[in-house]
Amino acid sequence: MNLSNYLVLASILFAIGTATVLLRRNAIIVFMGVELMLNSANLLLVTFARIHGDLQGQVMAFFVMVVAAAEVVVGLAIIVSIFRARRSASVDDVNLLKN
Amino acid sequence: MTTFTAPTIAWAELAPVLIVLGAGILGVGVEAFVPQRLRRTVQLVLALAATAGALVAVALLWHGVHKTGGSRLFDGAYILDGPALILQGIIVGLALLALLVIADRTSLGEDAFAPSGAAVPGSDYEQLARRKGLVLTEVYPLVLFATGGMMIFPAAGDLLLMFVALEVLSLPLYLLSGLARRRRLLSQEAAMKYFLLGAFASAFFLFGAALLYGFAGSIKLADIATATSSVLGMDSLLFAGLAMLLVGILFKVGAVPFHAWTPDVYQGAPTPITGFMAACTKAAAVGVLLRVVYVVLPGLRWELKPVLWTVAILTMLVGTVIAIVQTDIKRMLAYSAIAHAGFILTGVVAWNQRGISGTLFYLLAYGIASIGAFGVVSLVRETNDAGEVLGEATHLSQWAGLGKRSPLLAGAFTLFLLSLAGIPLTAGFTGKFAVFTAAVAGSATPLVIVGVIASAAAAFFYVRVIVLMFFTDAAGTAAERTTVVRSEGLTAAAISIAVAATILLGVLPSPVLTLVTQAAKFIP
Repeated sequence: MNLSNYLVLASILFAIGTATVLLRRNAIIVFMGVELMLNSANLLLVTFARIHGDLQGQVMAFFVMVVAAAEVVVGLAIIVSIFRARRSASVDDVNLLKN
Repeated sequence: MTTFTAPTIAWAELAPVLIVLGAGILGVGVEAFVPQRLRRTVQLVLALAATAGALVAVALLWHGVHKTGGSRLFDGAYILDGPALILQGIIVGLALLALLVIADRTSLGEDAFAPSGAAVPGSDYEQLARRKGLVLTEVYPLVLFATGGMMIFPAAGDLLLMFVALEVLSLPLYLLSGLARRRRLLSQEAAMKYFLLGAFASAFFLFGAALLYGFAGSIKLADIATATSSVLGMDSLLFAGLAMLLVGILFKVGAVPFHAWTPDVYQGAPTPITGFMAACTKAAAVGVLLRVVYVVLPGLRWELKPVLWTVAILTMLVGTVIAIVQTDIKRMLAYSAIAHAGFILTGVVAWNQRGISGTLFYLLAYGIASIGAFGVVSLVRETNDAGEVLGEATHLSQWAGLGKRSPLLAGAFTLFLLSLAGIPLTAGFTGKFAVFTAAVAGSATPLVIVGVIASAAAAFFYVRVIVLMFFTDAAGTAAERTTVVRSEGLTAAAISIAVAATILLGVLPSPVLTLVTQAAKFIP
């Protein structure tokens, strides 16, 4: 099995995540796009670790998982507090700061 | 069967970071165990003691680092060299100053933060929390965690630690931006924008880091630097990885085209936090940019020069031009912060030792003036018909005639603006002079020409505020309702320190300049 297929898959996942962030309106979905990007980076790290026969990439993937979990905690707290104040989680409605 | 070898931990070299992060963890404990009445005092003393202690620890480490040039800890994951130590000193010193502004309360006992961050704005629960006099003391541990992350960031010697430090500094800042006492919807909006865009940028950073790992087979910056000259045929991985890594870092620096979050977040966040963010985050992010540029990129400087030059020029021009048309003082200072990121970048791309020392000095001068300026903004308030003090008077027109009513405060603000504009005899001038001369020496003269033009144009909007404060009559306008709130004096202390430092670094810069020049040597 050719390992470079995984690299292609990671790139596709990253592109899907980026497109989600840029195109979707609901903050939760946008956030899911970010998570997809982080996980595609994880896949990349693990694949490169296998290619290089080296553990650093796998260790880094573990840390990324922990960081992603912490990011969910903070992110959902912010999104939920906005949702409770406005009854909407659409990023288009969040425009008070535009002049 | 492999045996486990315990790593040796260099406690002394890690002391500054450990003190700050340890105090942050203690602060979480304080939230749980100390009665509410005492909590604010305990948290404040703990935070001030930790930042002051870390500053002392940095000073104690200086002699050794100066003599040996620095050390690589944990097999090169954490590098404590001259620039890293100086940056840690700058960050923790500025955090101490910012903490004074953050902790200050008006004479009615109101600080800058919502009584309960979880309460829906305008709800009964929020009213109740306000009446009960709840205080959001979680702010202090959050600031300490962010400071700890910022101190690790420029010392990180591998991509993993760099990523973790980036997140440790970012996550508390996302929360802090959403906790303003007044205009809470704006504040929450700022937090959400900062969070979504920040997480997006971190994802780019991480993917770039993964690509660089794939290229070099190691996450250590030194190994990647070696690989740039020895590994052949994988240039696409290297350049894609570097580009994405730089996106993540330049986002934190606030450089164009990754600056879109800056004005919104600076405007919406609680003003003391804005000052903290403006000064300390910039120092940390520029520090890591310096390390990447000077340790990883020397072999690639010709390929990357056009990119970094374009970013620097765009940052200076866009920041300056848009700042001219702003009518909100916090937004104006935010665009001015973007322009300053551009000036700092000229020092970074100078690619010589004077570029490093000039950048370090600039970060200090800019940070002091920013914290001072945002401290002043936090004191200037609007009042209603009954004379009750409301939120901050952020519209420029409300600042008219302030110099006549509060000459001292307006005078201090004038000094900070002059320093940001780079007028001689202020710290800002010395900083600008240092980075521009370094850039000329590094044959980046076109950047300096753009920088000088941008500085001249920037002087316009700084001076406009000064004219407004001192030479415009407030009678019959909304500015009559503007007042300077009476506070417990911590902000006044911070502003006084910032004034003294700004003048001192402008008139007698040589001791600090010598210090940063001695420090300006990265070890790989």
